[in-house]
Amino acid sequence: MTYLVQRVLWTVPILLGVLTLVFFLLHLIPGDPVDMMLGEQALPADRAQMHAALGLDQPLGAQYLGYLERTVRGDLGQSFRQHRPVAALIAERMPATAELMLGAMVVALGVALPLGLLAALHHGRWVDQVASVFAVLGVATPNFWLGPLLILAFAIKLDWLPVNEMGGLNHLVLPSITLGTAMAALLSRMMRTALVEVLGEDYIRTARAKGLREHSVILVHALRNALIPVVTVIGLQVGALLSGAIITESIFDWPGLGTLLLGGIYGRDYPLVQGCILVIALTYVFVNLATDLAYGWIDPRIRRP
Amino acid sequence: MSALSRPARRVLVLTVLLGVCFCVPALLAPWLAPEDPMALDLMGSLTPPSWTHPLGQDEQGGDILSRLIYGARISLVVGLATVAVSASMGTAVGLLAGYAGGWTEQLAMRGVDVLLAFPGLLLAIGLVAVLGPGLGNVVIALSVLGWTGFARLVRGQVLTVKGLDYVQAATSLGAGHLRLMLRHILPNMMAPVLVQASFAIAGAILSEASLSFLGLGAPPGTPSWGAMLADGRNVLVEAPYVSIFPGLAIMLVVLGFNLLGDALADWLDPRRRDA
Repeated sequence: MTYLVQRVLWTVPILLGVLTLVFFLLHLIPGDPVDMMLGEQALPADRAQMHAALGLDQPLGAQYLGYLERTVRGDLGQSFRQHRPVAALIAERMPATAELMLGAMVVALGVALPLGLLAALHHGRWVDQVASVFAVLGVATPNFWLGPLLILAFAIKLDWLPVNEMGGLNHLVLPSITLGTAMAALLSRMMRTALVEVLGEDYIRTARAKGLREHSVILVHALRNALIPVVTVIGLQVGALLSGAIITESIFDWPGLGTLLLGGIYGRDYPLVQGCILVIALTYVFVNLATDLAYGWIDPRIRRP
Repeated sequence: MSALSRPARRVLVLTVLLGVCFCVPALLAPWLAPEDPMALDLMGSLTPPSWTHPLGQDEQGGDILSRLIYGARISLVVGLATVAVSASMGTAVGLLAGYAGGWTEQLAMRGVDVLLAFPGLLLAIGLVAVLGPGLGNVVIALSVLGWTGFARLVRGQVLTVKGLDYVQAATSLGAGHLRLMLRHILPNMMAPVLVQASFAIAGAILSEASLSFLGLGAPPGTPSWGAMLADGRNVLVEAPYVSIFPGLAIMLVVLGFNLLGDALADWLDPRRRDA
């Protein structure tokens, strides 16, 4: 219980830190942010209106407190290019990003768990070596290269899968592979290492000595313990998926948070940029919290002082 | 050669390979590149690989081989500059936090936690969005997050080392704080920092390429590998080689630095080697 409370309480200063950094992001713009958004030739009336809309006409302290208060209420400001609340725009785009990340996670786990298992069971043999090559290449392959190559091979040359924008499940295949490959590579390596280590433990030898069948030794005794470090890495990798989604979405014209953020950057729509960054960071903070809590649940040793 | 241990041989081979295939072309680009990387030749637009242009020409007729060679320069400079800034800052903060303990440590490490709450490239994208594109801003943006890894690593190491007998001995001999940190503790941090630096160079090269791919890194027209890949997307069907070569270059260099990091870790940490 203490662990849970401490871990949840620890999230509060992190959230405050994230909010503060995102607030100051707008203030890092060299010169006047309004000049950046409207251009230096903008009419004085438009400039004054934009200053007021962004709250830049107030002292910094008042701006900060106002920002905190609005954000807590879920008000992320107004997109000045799309003339709509940023929170509403983000809410519309979030499901697409969640779908893409889920697809990537399915690809990553679907490849990594069996591959890691096979590599560990055939430790030092050719399967292990193939898995090892996949792991090092997968981590080094940029997703903005893999994506176009997959499009070229499977959408253009072979014409097996559709490309661009959302649709049925088949539209999700190429973006999910693009986003999930690096995670699959990393997780397969983690899975293999953890399983090789666990398979050398005394209790596995005991289980075998008791005459248990090999598959129940592996599935019941070894796999659960080997999954502990893998769960942590999955949590950390959600961060990589979130930032990888920005690039993947731009490759496949996927209407998610990533393309919304990039549109905001290209259009110098800073309230939108701030809102997207804040929401993505907060999502990551909560996923990390959930991972730590799950970790405490899987491994009771963590919860004990 | 035979006198070297296996991990030491791997470090040597990888260093030579990265040096010959990446650093030397980057440093000697003006002499090695067959053509001016910025030259336009619209008549030669999208010419496939040939004897005169071994890797073909891009949409503007630029020689892909020359642009790749100059692109190596950008990757090398951004990779090294980012890691130099991140490693110095992270080592200084980690050393101070671990040595001083108390509030200094809490403040520094909680700052690290806040920065790490921004996943991957997100903060760099946000910073470049407000600072504007350009390689200098890319280095700043990547270093803002990059130092945190070094700070965490060094602080952890300092906590282990500062309790060791030789540090206690130096303290009882009257060594001051600065002398203890710089002469006795810091030299022990160099091995893990070097390993981390190798992985960090790979990360910085990949991040710069990602930002340039999104149009947020190198200025338009600059032969950055990421920007070359972005240009290649528009002509994927008629000229796939425009995308293939820069992507391959990024992958091989990132792979090289990752493997070098692994090999350095095996070489410098005997416990890991035995395991």
